[in-house]
Amino acid sequence: MGTFPRHRLAAVALAAAGALLVSSGCSSDDAGDGKITLTVDVFGQFGYEQLYQEYMDANPGVKIVERGTGGNLDEYSPKLTQWLAAGKGAGDVVAIEEGLMVEYKANPDNFVNLLDHGAAELKGNFLEWKWNQGLTADGQKLIGLGTDVGGMAMCYRTDLFAKAGLPTDREEVSKLWPTWEGYIAVGEKFKAANTGASFLDAATNTFNTIVLQTAGNAQGYHYYDTGDNLVVESNPAVKQAWDITMNIINAGLSGKYGSWSEEWVSAFKQSKFATIACPAWMTGVIEGNAGPEAKGKWDIARVPGDGGNWGGSHLAVPRQSKHQEEAIKLVKFLTSAQGHIGAFKAKGPLPSSPQALDDPAITDATNAYFSEAPVGKIFGAGAKTLKPVYMGPKNQAVRTEVENAVRTVELGQRNPDQGWQDAIANAKKAAAK
Amino acid sequence: MALQLDARPPATPASGRSRPARTGRLSRIDAKYSPYLYIAPFFVVFAIFGAWPLAYTFWVSLHDWDLLGSNPTFIGTDNYTRLLADGDFWHSVVNTLGIFVISTAPQLLLALWLANLLNRQLRFRTGWRMTVLIPNVTSTAAVAIVFGVLFGREFGMVNWLLDLIGLDGIEWKSDRFASWVAISAMVDWRWTGYNALIFLAAMQAIPRDMYEAAAIDGANRARQFWSVTVPLLKPTIIFCVIISTIGGLQLFTEPRLFHSGTNAIRGGPLRESQTLTMYMFENAFAPYYNFGYGSAVAWLLFALIAIVAAINVLIIRRLGAGARPRVGQRKGAAR
Repeated sequence: MGTFPRHRLAAVALAAAGALLVSSGCSSDDAGDGKITLTVDVFGQFGYEQLYQEYMDANPGVKIVERGTGGNLDEYSPKLTQWLAAGKGAGDVVAIEEGLMVEYKANPDNFVNLLDHGAAELKGNFLEWKWNQGLTADGQKLIGLGTDVGGMAMCYRTDLFAKAGLPTDREEVSKLWPTWEGYIAVGEKFKAANTGASFLDAATNTFNTIVLQTAGNAQGYHYYDTGDNLVVESNPAVKQAWDITMNIINAGLSGKYGSWSEEWVSAFKQSKFATIACPAWMTGVIEGNAGPEAKGKWDIARVPGDGGNWGGSHLAVPRQSKHQEEAIKLVKFLTSAQGHIGAFKAKGPLPSSPQALDDPAITDATNAYFSEAPVGKIFGAGAKTLKPVYMGPKNQAVRTEVENAVRTVELGQRNPDQGWQDAIANAKKAAAK
Repeated sequence: MALQLDARPPATPASGRSRPARTGRLSRIDAKYSPYLYIAPFFVVFAIFGAWPLAYTFWVSLHDWDLLGSNPTFIGTDNYTRLLADGDFWHSVVNTLGIFVISTAPQLLLALWLANLLNRQLRFRTGWRMTVLIPNVTSTAAVAIVFGVLFGREFGMVNWLLDLIGLDGIEWKSDRFASWVAISAMVDWRWTGYNALIFLAAMQAIPRDMYEAAAIDGANRARQFWSVTVPLLKPTIIFCVIISTIGGLQLFTEPRLFHSGTNAIRGGPLRESQTLTMYMFENAFAPYYNFGYGSAVAWLLFALIAIVAAINVLIIRRLGAGARPRVGQRKGAAR
């Protein structure tokens, strides 16, 4: 493994990267034609392309470039953290996912305090808990304005359901699984029909869906209580979700396609599973992964259990941005009711603005890819009464450990009891790091 | 360089006599210091990109340093004591050494054999020599992604082939030994040709008459290879072993991209193929952002490489020392 040339290469690459940084630093100041370039860093699908165009048409002096579209949150967040730590490299507007918000809020000086820029009057434009998520603990600093919330549903393949002799109509399918026990019963029927596909993609995503439900419906927190104490072991909501997930695994319903892996994407393409827990933003991911061939084969039913919220993001302006004023203006535009509606129409993320949620553009919206499912009604219905789940300081790391324990059981490397012990021990370790 | 410097002094007094003293002093200064100036670029670059990061990493490793936090606290060697008691750290050390051994030993033997073949009179010799280097010029990331797909559990080609011959598919990504083998295959595919070319270059520097002498002594090809070629390649072999050691212990891209999806930095659900550098990244960056702890991992990695390289050199010296006198004896006997 000739590291000698690699070493030298690395030096050259570093030098080149340095040069690039310098040159891109210059080019971001103006686009050469007197325009200001605003860079927006996102992950997944935010659905802003059309909105950028509108904004650029209304503001001829601004050019908007989006980076990271379609990317994985796991890859995006370390990059963002590095940019913030280095004081250079972050976009003028950055997306922050709710699970990571707590960590970024712990060091609010990395971001512009939007309260200093007239954001206070926008409070009524957001669901209250969404607004509060962007606010520091002392309530003095607002680092992000809300984009979407992750109202939950269950997406399923009508063609595979038909093959298994199950109903395909979304109303009837919804009636099959008022609870997760009902969902497992349907899964067992599906499995018995031997369609060549699994019932669900991976137990990890399903676990996260369930735990956000059980926690939201109970005391409103899962891994950390509101005093920031780690309660993985003692919180009945976590254990309940764990046990339901174990039942799903024991019934042999999972296809074990590790979420967001290459295999997961292939499994979408090859129609290898019939259902997937889908927060509103997942619809865009499904469409992207399953591709145009699967158009009209997917549909959306209500989620088993009750309600729940998974994900959703904020937009923030890093203090290192050279165009803070313009960036703040853009953030306000993208997080306005109009911005929420535009994003929803493009890629499906559910608005966190009550005004947008009431807008006919949302309530009457259907999604052609999902067999014309009335996505506005399905996702929007529970959005205003969503019970959010509190996320503590090392939420992401702890969640990773617990989901990973689910994965080891799913793959047969651990039995459920060992898995649960691993989850507790590793969560403690992660929280202490 | 040294030759030039030796040749220079006689010229200096001569010019001192014919020109004003000031020029003489200047040229003396020139003679004395300009060599340092000539070699300075390397050292300046090394200081900026090598020594400074090394020292800074050590400084960071003595702190409780949240990557985003504004005021790290000095905690002395706490990170190191915690690390030495960290089971996951030692697990990654074993993974790294395991992958290193599984990949390096066959790789260097194969490279030696390839070089020996390429050193013969072959048709299209240049073509063959270029071919072995092709894997090396492909991008590591592309190789890793392709291998990651080939070794997939359900959609991978390797398991498909196993299935064709009636064997059960292997969990390449969540079985510890299987993932080591898969990653080693990737490393070997990429670096065998490169090492073969280095061996080949060294082989061509071996004088023909040594082989002729050996042949007259009645040594066949295999005998010539082990008694002439290998001992004379000793410095090159040491070089390749050390380079492979450094690369092998720093293995990152291959195992990282072999896994995909959520939390790939773990190298499998039970950290089956998480190497040291991956463990370092996991701690310094996502999901822990504990820069101090990650830096401590980096320093222990540095120590580990130094130790393994030293062991390597010792072993190879021993082997080489054993081989050399035998060649001498043979020759002496022939005379």
